[in-house]
Amino acid sequence: MIGAPPIPAVLEVDQLNVRFAARQSVLKRLMGEPRREVHALNGVSLQLFRGETLGIVGESGCGKSTLARTMVGLIPPDSGQVVFDGTDIGKLRGSERRRFNRRVQMIFQDPYGSLNPRMTVSQILTEALTVHRMRPRPAIAARVAELLDLVRLPQDAAEKLPHEFSGGQRQRIGIARALSVEPEVLIADELVSALDVSVQAQVINLLLDLQERLKLTVLFVAHDLRLVRHLSHRVAVMYLGEIVEIGKTEELFAAPRHPYTRGLLDAAPDLDPARRSRVASVRGELPSPVALPTGCHFHPRCRFAFDRCVQEHPILTERGDSHLAACHLVDFGSPQSAPADIGATVV
Amino acid sequence: MLYQPQTRDQGHPAHQLRVRNLTTTLPTSKGHMAAVSDVSFDVAPGEVLGLVGESGSGKSMTLRSILRLAPPRAVLSGSVQWGDEQLLTVPAGRLRALRGRDIAMIFQEPMTALNPVLSVHRQIDESLAVHTDLDARGRRTRAIELLDLVGIPAAASRVDDYPHQFSGGMRQRAMIAIALAPQPRLLLADEPTTALDVTIQDQILKLILDLRDRLGMSVIFVTHDLGVVAQTCDRVAVMYAGRIVETGAVSEVFRAPHHPYTRGLLGSVPQSGDERRPLLSIEGTPPALSAMPKGCAFHPRCTFRSVRCEVELPLLGDIGAHVAACFHQAEVMAANRGGA
Repeated sequence: MIGAPPIPAVLEVDQLNVRFAARQSVLKRLMGEPRREVHALNGVSLQLFRGETLGIVGESGCGKSTLARTMVGLIPPDSGQVVFDGTDIGKLRGSERRRFNRRVQMIFQDPYGSLNPRMTVSQILTEALTVHRMRPRPAIAARVAELLDLVRLPQDAAEKLPHEFSGGQRQRIGIARALSVEPEVLIADELVSALDVSVQAQVINLLLDLQERLKLTVLFVAHDLRLVRHLSHRVAVMYLGEIVEIGKTEELFAAPRHPYTRGLLDAAPDLDPARRSRVASVRGELPSPVALPTGCHFHPRCRFAFDRCVQEHPILTERGDSHLAACHLVDFGSPQSAPADIGATVV
Repeated sequence: MLYQPQTRDQGHPAHQLRVRNLTTTLPTSKGHMAAVSDVSFDVAPGEVLGLVGESGSGKSMTLRSILRLAPPRAVLSGSVQWGDEQLLTVPAGRLRALRGRDIAMIFQEPMTALNPVLSVHRQIDESLAVHTDLDARGRRTRAIELLDLVGIPAAASRVDDYPHQFSGGMRQRAMIAIALAPQPRLLLADEPTTALDVTIQDQILKLILDLRDRLGMSVIFVTHDLGVVAQTCDRVAVMYAGRIVETGAVSEVFRAPHHPYTRGLLGSVPQSGDERRPLLSIEGTPPALSAMPKGCAFHPRCTFRSVRCEVELPLLGDIGAHVAACFHQAEVMAANRGGA
């Protein structure tokens, strides 16, 4: 966890901007209309500290997957930088770049799409081990067996093809492959979203256990608040390509300081049937990332919005010990402010 | 003017669904396999029943079987009684009249359930033309009212839009509007919010509950999300490997599950206060239809199992109360109390 003396961040992103060209018809292009762009990430800055799990949560299209992919170097940012161990990863070349690739590993959401269907598990793991020269050839078979053991797959799994496994087992293969190169940072993008609840819990337990044993730093990207809360030391909430709130898990969940975080927490269906509400927590729908709203991007859906929110874009400011929120209502959700202000569920 | 339901007598036995021993078998290369086995439940007028389970548990197939929408070669047996009619044996013409008008269905993926080349108006109109005697103008007015009812902003100007012009949440709203057009008595909802974001899911769930109140219909809600059940349903039936393994009032089942599977499912969902601690997971994976274990289908994954579970099939008992199909309910409840 994050102690008092500043621990240097393992991985840090600074003012990251990523844009994608939006689809546009040939006719409109010929007519000279300006190219439209999807604003996937808008000035995102965050630090990932050694040994922690940082959760990134948000709804579809909020840029959480783009952030994860940019952080492993799969997407080059339009501006801003990703810094690993003090160097901008955009400047890494050749063997240095490979070294970075080894030390920061990503596990993907889709265990069906991210494993080669024509390679056996043993071949998949051997490939990763040889590319990064992790073990001398004769030692590889033993290492494969060790890895299968680590992710609790039976030894006879080695000679099977991905299609012979269930979704949860396939996700374990993905984890084994990522761990085979002994990374320091693991970036998990919607690791368990495609899995059934009971299988989700198995993979979550495995991840918790591996993190303790291997002292991994984890970036856990997910849309499920309950999972993120369960796994993370710190949580960042994203909305339309920006971080709107970031803080320690307990604080952020106990007293969210941004109206969107509050709405997201209220919208997540509670497992306790006694705690029912009949009022929708957030009104309206996600605006198009091609034409972002003015001012605060959340203002059209925010029931606390006032004039300033329409005009001025709020930036992340301090709300407490390493707790930041981007909202003009600096007292929103503060324990000192009037409780009626926070608890109100009026649309 | 808002959509006004006709005055309806709530609690009329004609609008009660009674499903008894419903079994749906599907032909496969290895012979007939039961996707749904011996499923029984009731849905009272105005009640919301949650049908919860993991993928392959037979929950969607159960829902489809009610309206005989299972794949063409599936064999259905048992009884599905709607009022005093047997839906499994009623003639096709009569079934067609009941589908949509009495019992409507909404699906998980609105983009595939809606016709992409017809405007939303045409698709609502289609249903209104069949099930009501309104003229064209009356139907258009009703279509706009319906879109308004399900919360589509500026309904009058959006009614002629095509599905692709709607967002995911709006498509689901449009599909609900189509389903509600003939004022059904029972809504079958097959994972209607699974493809949606959590804030939109929240809006849609609350919309369905509001409509239930206003139109006095019953709802069967198929979902894999226990949180959704806790927040929306009156009663719940938990399915595993094609069978209902536990059923009862939501508050009771969630407070004190009697079946190890229900207990495991509830424990698999992270709760606040238990951060970064191992979850009570269920080892293994659900069985395939072709490799159904003998005895209790859950026994290979169960920590409470005994020799009896491997040979004998536990039965559910009286479905009116909180019951579970398990030989070791007392132990499960003791474990609940022990907090283990």
